[in-house]
Amino acid sequence: MMTSVAIAQPNEVLLNNQAATPLIEVQDLTTAFGSHVVHEHLNLKIFPKEILALVGGSGSGKTTLLRQILGLDRPRSGVVEVFGRPVHEYVGAERIALTHRWGMLFQAGALFSALPVFDNIALPLREVHHLPEDLIRDVVLMRLSWMGLTPRDAALMPSELSGGMVKRVALARALALDPELLFLDEPTAGLDPQRSDEFVDLIRVLHRELGFTVVMVTHDLDTIGALATRVAVLAEKKVLVEGSLEQVMQTQHPFIEAFFHGERGARALGGHEAKGVNHGKP
Amino acid sequence: MPDPLLANSATLQTVVSDGTICRLVGDWNVQQLSARGAVLARRQALAQVKSAVRWDLSGIRKLDAVGAQLLWQAWGQCIPLGTVLTPSQQALLGVLAQHPIAAAPAPQAVQWYSWIITLGQSGYVAVNHGRELLLLLGGLVFNLGLLLARPSRGPWREISAQIFRVGAQALGITALVGFLIGVVLSYLSAQQLAVFGAGQFIVKLLGVATVRELGPVLAAILVAGRSGSSITAQIGVMRVTQELDAMQVMGISHGQRLIMPRVIALAIAMPLLVLWTDAVALLGGMLAAKWQLGLSIIWFFDRLPDAIGLTNYWISVIKGVTFGGWIALAACHFGLQIEPNTESLGRGTTASVVTSITGVILIDALYAILFNEMNL
Repeated sequence: MMTSVAIAQPNEVLLNNQAATPLIEVQDLTTAFGSHVVHEHLNLKIFPKEILALVGGSGSGKTTLLRQILGLDRPRSGVVEVFGRPVHEYVGAERIALTHRWGMLFQAGALFSALPVFDNIALPLREVHHLPEDLIRDVVLMRLSWMGLTPRDAALMPSELSGGMVKRVALARALALDPELLFLDEPTAGLDPQRSDEFVDLIRVLHRELGFTVVMVTHDLDTIGALATRVAVLAEKKVLVEGSLEQVMQTQHPFIEAFFHGERGARALGGHEAKGVNHGKP
Repeated sequence: MPDPLLANSATLQTVVSDGTICRLVGDWNVQQLSARGAVLARRQALAQVKSAVRWDLSGIRKLDAVGAQLLWQAWGQCIPLGTVLTPSQQALLGVLAQHPIAAAPAPQAVQWYSWIITLGQSGYVAVNHGRELLLLLGGLVFNLGLLLARPSRGPWREISAQIFRVGAQALGITALVGFLIGVVLSYLSAQQLAVFGAGQFIVKLLGVATVRELGPVLAAILVAGRSGSSITAQIGVMRVTQELDAMQVMGISHGQRLIMPRVIALAIAMPLLVLWTDAVALLGGMLAAKWQLGLSIIWFFDRLPDAIGLTNYWISVIKGVTFGGWIALAACHFGLQIEPNTESLGRGTTASVVTSITGVILIDALYAILFNEMNL
């Protein structure tokens, strides 16, 4: 039924392509709450089409870093560049255009509790104006179906959803405008292993088909092993090490020892060394 | 070669058809389609393309789900034979093919008798609120009985914290409003009384009006707005964050730990606030009378006990206790009715304040009739 032609570009994933211009560049970032210093001289680059996992202990400032990249919090010093410009320089219409280029999946979903599922996903589409309602309806229902939800779920209120459904709806909302950048804060936290695996598969399929860049904060070794093309470890107030999972695991550091080589790590990533670096590559 | 019909500026030549091949070019993403009239223009352009042509999408720079959906609708939910696609476009349209969308349900016709249903429902809701309030009151009486039987196990710390919150912290605002109302009332009546030289009666007028009616109602309205709303919102958020469920699981009774301390605290703090408001309002009235009528403050003080009488003070206190209990009960009731979403929280808080203020005025009217019958 479909015929493809030779003009087509292969859908390449730029893995660890240091030559590419980074989408996000964090330079010399220092964050502190009062006298409590969270980040000190932190540097991080995020490249197009990769899936970067931010890993770190509790309180190491992973979510804070995410909030600073999104421009929700201001760092004490340092610059966060998104699409080549400091994120705080986007104001007015530019800021709105920027928000159309990224999507965020909050840890608890952050669905609008007063709106049903359908309106939650339709909201970003309605906010861009001038899209006819019948097109919005089809796009929303297609997204829902893509996320494995039925049209009947569209009428439910967020308080009536299970944890897994909340994540799916929140992901559908984050992806409503086909963003180039997707931020995931603990995407699999609070899901049972099966739901967690399903959700990871969903993100992997979407990443392959839509080709967005993913920055995710997670504690879950299974998720890291299954998804991440690159891992950045936050410890000692900076990015301790970044690279492929294998490179990170070979680093000698007490936190990495405990996190990746502990009993849980061995179970989750068992045999990972044998599979090689590209395990998470879509 | 572009079809002259389609080469208008609105479509920006995103649909280029030469009769046998229709090329789609440019951006077909949400950023482009969200321009005013863009969707309509492209739909018209797509509709004008003859059905027999082959489609070529390889010239499209950006295609996203919204653009794909637009094409999908124009093509009638399928990919026409012989369409040229890049692999990523193929994948995107393949997803659309895998996830067919049910047709939009027909909008439900509005029935002519729907207003009767609405009326009946609101009546039912009102009766239900009344029933729940009665149950709450019953539970409160029961808990008060338990407290009297075993005073040592009462939530005294919580009660004292609540008295501080609803009483002590409300002193400032009630004083300000009471003072201003006292000044205004005294100023306006002094003007009228001075016309027929009855300036001295200002003491009786001001004293009775303030202590018997204005003080209690004024304080109650302020407390309903201030503490009633906060109690409702607090309990409502506890529902949202499942704290209420956690208390139930731990075997801690809502009635004993949440409702009773608040009702007791307001029933204690409210009459004190009423007396405080009375005093400040009288002070304001006194100063205004001195300024407007030249009545000496000492003389005003001398006349006050005779003018007001102890009975009026007792009425003031009784009203304070009732209003306080009612406000706390209504606030707790609406707080417990809140569902775990933000809209319900807003609605519940509004309903709580409106109901408690209306109730205060209703109870005040009942007291007026009652005390009149008792010749007080």
